[in-house]
Amino acid sequence: MTTPLIEMKNVVKSFGQHHILRGASLTIEKGQVTTVIGKSGEGKSVLLKHIIGLMEPDSGQILFEGRELDTMKKAERKKLRGRFSYVFQNTALFDSMTVYENVALPLKEKGDLSKQEVKERVALRMDQLDLHEIGEKYPSQLSGGMKKRVALARALVTNPEIVLFDEPTTGLDPIRKNAVHSMISDYQKRFGFTAIVVSHEIPDVFFISQKVAMLDEGMILMQGSPQEIQQSKDPLVQGFLRGVEANHDELTGLGTPTQLEKRFEQEMELQKQHDSKFSLLVFTVENLEEINEKVGHMAGQTMVKNFATWLQQHLRPSDTCSRYGLTKILAVLPNTTRKDAQKVCSKLARAARGEKITEEELYPGFCFSVSAGFAEATDDSPIDAVLAAAESRENMLYAFRITK
Amino acid sequence: MSAFAGVVVEPISVTGRKTIAFIQEMGRMSIFFVHSFLHMFSLPFQFVKVITQINVIGAQSLYVVVLIGLFTGMVLGLQLFNALANFGSEGMLGTSIVHTIVKEMGPVLAAIMVTARAGSAMAAELGIMRISEEIDALETMQINPVRFLVSPRLAAAIISFPLLTALFDVVALAGAYLTGCKLKGLNDATYWYTVENSLVMEDVNGGFIKAITFAVIVITVCCYQGYTTHMRPNGFGAKGVSNSTTSAVVMSCVLILMADFVLTAFIW
Repeated sequence: MTTPLIEMKNVVKSFGQHHILRGASLTIEKGQVTTVIGKSGEGKSVLLKHIIGLMEPDSGQILFEGRELDTMKKAERKKLRGRFSYVFQNTALFDSMTVYENVALPLKEKGDLSKQEVKERVALRMDQLDLHEIGEKYPSQLSGGMKKRVALARALVTNPEIVLFDEPTTGLDPIRKNAVHSMISDYQKRFGFTAIVVSHEIPDVFFISQKVAMLDEGMILMQGSPQEIQQSKDPLVQGFLRGVEANHDELTGLGTPTQLEKRFEQEMELQKQHDSKFSLLVFTVENLEEINEKVGHMAGQTMVKNFATWLQQHLRPSDTCSRYGLTKILAVLPNTTRKDAQKVCSKLARAARGEKITEEELYPGFCFSVSAGFAEATDDSPIDAVLAAAESRENMLYAFRITK
Repeated sequence: MSAFAGVVVEPISVTGRKTIAFIQEMGRMSIFFVHSFLHMFSLPFQFVKVITQINVIGAQSLYVVVLIGLFTGMVLGLQLFNALANFGSEGMLGTSIVHTIVKEMGPVLAAIMVTARAGSAMAAELGIMRISEEIDALETMQINPVRFLVSPRLAAAIISFPLLTALFDVVALAGAYLTGCKLKGLNDATYWYTVENSLVMEDVNGGFIKAITFAVIVITVCCYQGYTTHMRPNGFGAKGVSNSTTSAVVMSCVLILMADFVLTAFIW
């Protein structure tokens, strides 16, 4: 087994009479997005601050690449810190500095780059994050979403290996929330950093994480893949997920993954009892990353939202439609055979032609490309298997392009 | 026994706790000062930031120092003239003005005015930076917050305070001249002759040493109060910042006057 990038062992931290962490143990793997979930005030931010060294544990160990932080020399720890970046909950931008000065600050203070190099690096990052022509503005003149992006630019300008996000989406509307999530996911893929995210946004945050850890009563109750967490039988985990999970997907107004899975199970039961057939449709937005890159994450998420609305209008009221990932929408079609499902797909593809997903053509050759797949659920097969069948090549018949 | 303990032991232990807390606070403040002082000399030098702060602490305090200097001089000119006239020694006005202004009032009043203008602003600014996590953000960027925020202010104050004090002295002497000579009719030549005769460099330097001491006190206290806003037990957020600013100003003024007494009593 490889050594994890970061390992926390039995970390304990108290503030006076308040015991925040009571033996938290967590492992972070390199190159993954790890999300820490948990109730408010459980010490999720405190956990992050221990990782970056803003706080020291009362007892317990924090290992970095298998080496204990305590045993490192001061210079080594300093060097190690240079590999981290931290995106604060409320952005923590310097209000008295312009956006450019904010982003340039970590480079300038390091002092090993020339003025020109700093300028180039800052310009590049700001360009990548769609921050055009706001360099001379002050943070208070920007919108909430824009500020988050400036904070992200400041965090990424030093090319960090590990980026910590403390509730990056708090106080944003659904489109902006999803834009920030897809931003984290896109940049994580592009720049290859290890991300640790503290979040309340369930299930949205599951779409971008490879690993989820749940903090409860100052301890990590459970850690694993998002599926493992969602399917956990632990009553505390289930109670928490049920409590925070919205009854519909905020962005699209469709159902949540849990609702879809529940519906799937119900249909499976019906199938066993009455031999009624049902199918699964999967729609995947193929070029969301391209749209994000060319016109921005907000526009990308708005289009996903518009597509979801359009899709729901074209399905039967008895069908259950849910968002199942950043780019994926799933629908359970009761009383539908494989052949019927295929018909629905082709009908949708025809209807989609000439449909307006956005008001204007955003760039030459712009299109919103969706692939649709279908599969009939049979023989008590689990949802993952049916989904895999729907996504397999022989069933992915309809790739439709919605242009202006 | 328990009643006895309540009446006698409790006040003693409260006094003890408060004293220990006070000494700890002073200790922390001293360490804070040492850090910011040492970082004044750590490379690379922060010239631009020091110049910016000289503008804030020094240049922008010019008007208020001139105004206060002028009126202090004018009032002293009037009062001392009247008092000295009782003994028929109005001619000594210049000497008495020099002693009061250069040795005492100049450094003290200039420092108090700068505390009110720049010190309170510093405490509030650092307090807000603390509660909005900007100081934590500096740490995560591997920027030493004390070096970045406090050291340039300390350097700027050590440069500005003696200059402001000198300006205050000159304006106050002119103020006393206006009331003593122009209003009350003292001979111009007598006034300036006694001023020149009694003004020795030793006193001026003494005033400067006081000014530098006050600079250290004002910056350390105001920045420390702002910097530690999050550790205040009696208020968070905006309330915490307002408390920090209040205690920064009050504590600075008290410490300035105490230090002034100590310096005067034991050194001059």
